[in-house]
Amino acid sequence: MDMLMIQEKINQVKKGDQSAYEDVVNHFQHRIYHHCYRMIGNVHEAEELAQEAFIRAYVNIHSFDNNRKFSTWLYRIATNVTIDRLRKKKPDFYLDAEIPHADGLDMYTQLPNDDRLPDEEVEGLELKRYIYQEISNLSPIYRTIIILRYLEEFSLKEISEILDIPLGTVKTRIHRARETLRKKLRNV
Amino acid sequence: MDCKEEAVDLMHTYLDGDITKEEEDTLRKHLEHCEDCQKHFHELNRTVTLLQTKDEMKAPKDFTKQVLQQLPAEKKHMKYTRWLRSHPILTAAAVFVLFFMGSLVSAWSEENKLVVSKEEHLIIEGDTVIVPEGETVSGDLVVKNGKLIIDGIVDGNVTLINSMLVEDIDETGLLASAGEVNGELKNVDQMFEWVWYNIKQTFHDVFSFKTIQ
Repeated sequence: MDMLMIQEKINQVKKGDQSAYEDVVNHFQHRIYHHCYRMIGNVHEAEELAQEAFIRAYVNIHSFDNNRKFSTWLYRIATNVTIDRLRKKKPDFYLDAEIPHADGLDMYTQLPNDDRLPDEEVEGLELKRYIYQEISNLSPIYRTIIILRYLEEFSLKEISEILDIPLGTVKTRIHRARETLRKKLRNV
Repeated sequence: MDCKEEAVDLMHTYLDGDITKEEEDTLRKHLEHCEDCQKHFHELNRTVTLLQTKDEMKAPKDFTKQVLQQLPAEKKHMKYTRWLRSHPILTAAAVFVLFFMGSLVSAWSEENKLVVSKEEHLIIEGDTVIVPEGETVSGDLVVKNGKLIIDGIVDGNVTLINSMLVEDIDETGLLASAGEVNGELKNVDQMFEWVWYNIKQTFHDVFSFKTIQ
């Protein structure tokens, strides 16, 4: 299904046609589910969150501006739903969480150099798992941006639309996230 | 390492695809001389390559179904509208049948009075229509909501709708049809038959060109 067909389906949904939404869900289900999984790291929660995202999109379909890209809008909802969940989980701290009053410093710089050296021989799946683990260790803000940019290949402009933040902020965050991951992955 | 901050910024600008030609030259020149930055740049590039590992994941099988079950109920009229839109021929047929039935039902209920297709050579007494002895009615005869006594001759079909044919009983006590029908005698007194008769009649009118002439 191409962009135009999606647009047409969305128009039908706006008129109240629920069955048109079935095609929309079918079309995006795998991507949105995967996105939620990458963010939350658990299949059950990913399923629940992706469902929630699709339901919210349906309920709020009238606030979707037809001149925009539907996929961007949908990713935005999925991301918000997932970040809300992550916040509720309240982990003690994230490694890259900024320390108040220490501009530009994060907790990484205060740790001794990486003591979790992976095997030189990490391969395939194990490597993937390791990389994914490192992405998951990022705080939701940086995790989201890395996932959107490198795993889902959105442009910086699209990311700024999905996250509803200025392009400059996207760049700053992505630079920081890349630096963090560089330190974690340089010995892989 | 003062060079670092500026150079690292350029590296990220490069990775974002935002770097200008001049900036790229500056970065390249710097990298030629600075081993630390070379290493840094190499690590960044490698990080990006590692992150770009492709993997696919599918949503659970009944994902869409689950979502649809949780959606708020849609407005009722939408269901009909959608059904009608997706079955245009059935819709047309349904509309046709509705109108057709409607007109038939009203025709049926409106006509409770005695109706006779023609009055020539006939005697009408109350709701009784009599074809008198010795008279010949030429052409078809239709009687609705009444009684018909045929003592004479009908030179055509006789149709009784919601009507009764009254036979004379002669002196011998035997049923005698004094009259004569030189055609078909039809008795229609059920709603269904009446409908069927109308349909046949319609088709007859439509397809028989003789009637038109």
